[in-house]
Amino acid sequence: MANVTLKNIKKSFGATHVIHGIDAEIKDGEFIVIVGPSGCGKSTLLRMVAGLETITSGDIFIGDERANEKEPMDRDIAMVFQNYALYPHMSVRQNMGYGLKIAKLPKSEIEAKVQDAAKLLQLEPLLERKPRQLSGGQRQRVAMGRAIVREPSVFLFDEPLSNLDAKLRVQMRLEIRELQEKLGITALYVTHDQVEAMTMADRMIVMNGGIAEQIGTPLDVYEKPQTLFAAQFIGSPAMNIFDAHVEGGQVKIRDLPIGPAQGRDGPVKLGIRPEHLVKTSDAALNASIQMSEPLGANTLLHGKLTGFDNIAITASLPGVHLLETKSFHIGFTVEPANIHLFDPETGRRLPV
Amino acid sequence: MEQRSGMVEKRGMGLWITHGFMITGVLIIFFPIWLAFVASTVTQPEIVSPPMPLLPGGHFWENYKTALLSGVNVPVATMLMNSLIMAIGIAVGKIIISLLSAFAIVYFRFPGRTIFFWMIFLTLMLPVEVRILPTFEVVAGFGMLNSYSGLIFPLIASATATFLFRQFFLTIPDELAEAARVDGAQPMRFFIDIVLPMSRTNIAALFVILFIYGWNQYLWPLLITTDPEMNTIVMGIKQMFPSGDDVAEWPVIMATSILAMIPPVIVVVSMQKLFVRGLVDSEK
Repeated sequence: MANVTLKNIKKSFGATHVIHGIDAEIKDGEFIVIVGPSGCGKSTLLRMVAGLETITSGDIFIGDERANEKEPMDRDIAMVFQNYALYPHMSVRQNMGYGLKIAKLPKSEIEAKVQDAAKLLQLEPLLERKPRQLSGGQRQRVAMGRAIVREPSVFLFDEPLSNLDAKLRVQMRLEIRELQEKLGITALYVTHDQVEAMTMADRMIVMNGGIAEQIGTPLDVYEKPQTLFAAQFIGSPAMNIFDAHVEGGQVKIRDLPIGPAQGRDGPVKLGIRPEHLVKTSDAALNASIQMSEPLGANTLLHGKLTGFDNIAITASLPGVHLLETKSFHIGFTVEPANIHLFDPETGRRLPV
Repeated sequence: MEQRSGMVEKRGMGLWITHGFMITGVLIIFFPIWLAFVASTVTQPEIVSPPMPLLPGGHFWENYKTALLSGVNVPVATMLMNSLIMAIGIAVGKIIISLLSAFAIVYFRFPGRTIFFWMIFLTLMLPVEVRILPTFEVVAGFGMLNSYSGLIFPLIASATATFLFRQFFLTIPDELAEAARVDGAQPMRFFIDIVLPMSRTNIAALFVILFIYGWNQYLWPLLITTDPEMNTIVMGIKQMFPSGDDVAEWPVIMATSILAMIPPVIVVVSMQKLFVRGLVDSEK
């Protein structure tokens, strides 16, 4: 149980700077998801907290102690790796108890802790098995178990679900979240999957190119993305981004007025989430749809703005919409509250 | 199913042919060994009078007893013991040293790491014979002639084994080392608890190969052991050959040859399972 503080953390490998200064305050018991595309430095950041990578500059505090120079074992953390990293020649029981054995705990105590963790994770019948005799989900649980028995103050997860199939992933992410809440242990969780980020996080850190684009609750990030990148990365399908401009209190794509906008006249990036496009008969925004992907509950429509063959638009409408002809036209409106504007130069959010 | 039954039909003929080939091959390879065995069970006059006997005679115990207990220069039992100590010394020594050096090369970052690796790798290209004179000089300088240490130490470093272990260690995922670090294992603890058990089958495979390598050393023991008490069996057989006008004790020599073959066979057969596993799959 501890809070984790990152102060202006930087990392470079030789001349390559991968992390350009990240600040974050993680409260005790909070579940933080670090999300971003591959190569954004999210795993490196986690590994620095774990002590597996050195910190080029900046400070990491775990609890109230500066942890920069501490060995991983002295940081009171436990880590779950992407490939689980179970010791292949040890049984589940030995795998889970190995850290405690090194810490020289008495045998009876190790046994009791392993039993408790196994019970919590429903691993009891599997304790004598070797990792290769387990399924992916079971291995994942053992890796969790190994982290739990150590009763750390911080859990670190490095894309722990990416090797599981989709269905198991949904189940495991609920289990992980439930477990973390029950144990009340601070958790840092790295993923590239924005759905995991949305569903699991108390707060998320959206990373891109070695900087934190936005730190906030999932709904915050979804409703008020602070940068163009966060807007496009969070949400599926991705937000539509149009080159637009503000003119006399109106935001316009070319000369189509979309909605009210404050601020100076000039070019902006206009973002509209596909699910916020509402079908209507008389609308400014008309699209000719070329592709329809019915998902059952809703339908994804892909097309171009009518009259502008180079401006693509994606909409997600409730219900089933099939293409009756090769292409059809559809009109959209959008609530003013659902309009996002970004500075085309800096990518920062502008007030609407 | 159809294809399968077709295969079985085809095998009907193929089975005989392949077995025929294999049995012929085995007979050809086995024949000299059989002759050696036959020769070790008959008397000297029976061997030299043509035609050579092809069936075992009745002097098995007698000849083997002579060989084991008195031999020609030195009892074969002594030579077997010498060979065993040398072969095990070389095999175990090579494995320990190459495991440790491969561990250092793979898991530690130290200045000149690649240079060291390539230096070790380069020695792969130098067979014992090339460096035998300087080695002899060094061993003689240390006063290790006619000793077990003289037999073992010059052959104890193995670039091949180091290289093989290095390749194996590289296939162990980094995450395992990291998990061990998070679990609090110091490097040597990680080596003993994780790396060693994972290399089990590789170690067994190498042990078999290196044991036979050590057992079959000929030139080196021939050079540094002048005392018959220190002779190893492979070179000892040669020493038994008559020089000048002596009469060769062929039945005893043949009994010695058969005895020399037994330990490597035992090692190979007893470790066959692990050996094959070590060569075929690596457990990860």
